[in-house]
Amino acid sequence: MIRCGDFKTSYAKDMAIFNSGLARCSLALFLLVLLAVPLYATSYWMDVLNRVGIAIIGALGLNILTGFTGQISLGNAAFMATGAYSTAYLASLGLPFVITIPLSGILTAVVGMIFGVPSLRLKGLYLAMATLAAHFIIEFGVTHWNSVTGGVNGTSVPAASLFALKLDSDGKVFYLIFSLMFFLVLFAKNLFRTKVGKAFVAIRDQDISAEVMGVNLFKYKLMSFGVSSFYLGVAGSLLAYQAKYISPENFPITLAIDYLAMIIIGGMGSILGSILGALFITGLPEALRLATSVLNDVFPALVGLFASLKLGVFGLAIVLFLIFEPDGMAARWRKIKTYWRLYPFSH
Amino acid sequence: MDFFLQLLLNGVVVGSIYALVGMGFVIIFKSTSVLNFAQGEFLLLGAYISLAITTSCKIPFFAAMLLTLAFAVLLGIAIERLILRPMIGKPVISIIMVTLGLSSILRAIVQGIWGTDTRPFEEIFPAAPVRIGPVPVSQAYLWSIGCVVVLLLLFSLFFKYTRTGIAMRATAFSQRIALSMGISVRFMFALAWAMAALVSAIGGILLGAIRTGVDASLALIGLKVIPVVILGGLDSIPGAIVGGLLIGVLENLAGGYLDTLVGGGIKEVAPFVILVTILMIKPHGLFGKVHIQRV
Repeated sequence: MIRCGDFKTSYAKDMAIFNSGLARCSLALFLLVLLAVPLYATSYWMDVLNRVGIAIIGALGLNILTGFTGQISLGNAAFMATGAYSTAYLASLGLPFVITIPLSGILTAVVGMIFGVPSLRLKGLYLAMATLAAHFIIEFGVTHWNSVTGGVNGTSVPAASLFALKLDSDGKVFYLIFSLMFFLVLFAKNLFRTKVGKAFVAIRDQDISAEVMGVNLFKYKLMSFGVSSFYLGVAGSLLAYQAKYISPENFPITLAIDYLAMIIIGGMGSILGSILGALFITGLPEALRLATSVLNDVFPALVGLFASLKLGVFGLAIVLFLIFEPDGMAARWRKIKTYWRLYPFSH
Repeated sequence: MDFFLQLLLNGVVVGSIYALVGMGFVIIFKSTSVLNFAQGEFLLLGAYISLAITTSCKIPFFAAMLLTLAFAVLLGIAIERLILRPMIGKPVISIIMVTLGLSSILRAIVQGIWGTDTRPFEEIFPAAPVRIGPVPVSQAYLWSIGCVVVLLLLFSLFFKYTRTGIAMRATAFSQRIALSMGISVRFMFALAWAMAALVSAIGGILLGAIRTGVDASLALIGLKVIPVVILGGLDSIPGAIVGGLLIGVLENLAGGYLDTLVGGGIKEVAPFVILVTILMIKPHGLFGKVHIQRV
């Protein structure tokens, strides 16, 4: 049953992730459908879906840092690159994915924490610039450490493997990406029910009060950078496995902007928002591609303009969301749900 | 020694352009507290518009330049009115994102109209180099340094002596007090954006003339100017000038002497290394007001 209001009688109920059996059942059903998708979808749609899954993990990571802890970061593309290149290197040594993915995540977390140190002194605008600098410095490292990264030419990534199991097609990588995504979403959801997660939110809302309340700012800010970078590292690692070939061009500064757009459009400080935003930003170019191919007969010039159209719609989406729906799609979703909750008797 | 002088000179030329674009940043930040990540796109648009006017209308360069500047002013005002005004009072991240979104839109417009190929820029300055001491200097360099110096002087005088300039400084100091003194803060905001768009357009034209061609990579200067304004102090116009020259010279020297050691690319990353260093030891820059809240 959809509830018509909050009738919680205990803290345990208030903290619960699922507030009704229906929510739990529909999620289970959705996961079952998702499991069957690779059996029927074309390789094009598998590719899109995989990129959505990776984007969800990355957007979640960025949201933990920017949306929940309030630390603006423009370095997320570089952190993803760190994860991706670690995976490329570790996988080329013949390690299975159960080792490479967590190791890449941990390595990225360490790098992220190093670049998170300035957050102790800087905030807002200045932190954004420090992380922007981090992006360019890591990019420089990636393009110049030829023996590991292959420099500007990039490097190929062996298929994800575990003993005899080889995930060498989009359909197989899909299971890896989505099972990891499921666990990481669940972890994030639970993180904000714990002391650490509450400390993050306290830092975002008012850092000075948080410190007065006994939250160790340096420790928790670094931890937030660490957790966030771990997510981004895992996303980068999966990206490497999915793309099979990575070069610095996979991780431009515009990728960092894409991820920021995901959490802005989806909703800052919302797990659901990260998912919706990742879906929106990854789906937008595909929807545009579909639209241009449909309109091809009427306006043949559109195909040539596709690249600039994509860029323009992307920018416009960010600007319009910020002006008209600053809390993002997650807030809109909540409003819709509240409206239907009492339908047809809402005021 | 010649090599050193050449690098120094290149640094000063590039640095003067940085100073110009940095000044655009500072004017906007000072009066509206917005850091404009679309500054590089203003530059790009200015260069392309002047190119389009000179090639299609067949009018003299000077007239085309005036038209370009008029357009830039209108663009600045329109952007302030349509995009930035609804964002007043929003969190920093939203304001950063809105200018990033704006930069995407502007880049899309440029790409959609002019494509991605490099367009040759009309030769405005004679190609024959002038010799200063042992170093040959292209005339475009001298002209651009001259333009930048004149502009910076004009702006300093404007902020120091004119009524409007003083009103803008008052707005930067405190919007509330400025309002109570009968200054139209809205007008000052619009003016700040118009001025920033104007100096960026000039920067774009100069850079186009120096490189003898324009393409989308021109917009990258918008990101490279961030270390400049941080080094100089985000709210200081003299800071932008000093920072611009310093970063221009430093990156050229670093590129000239260190590139052979690490295999290129130092020029692109050096300003950001300086940026991190400055942020760690003196976050308000050389000339900026100290108002960063530490936590």
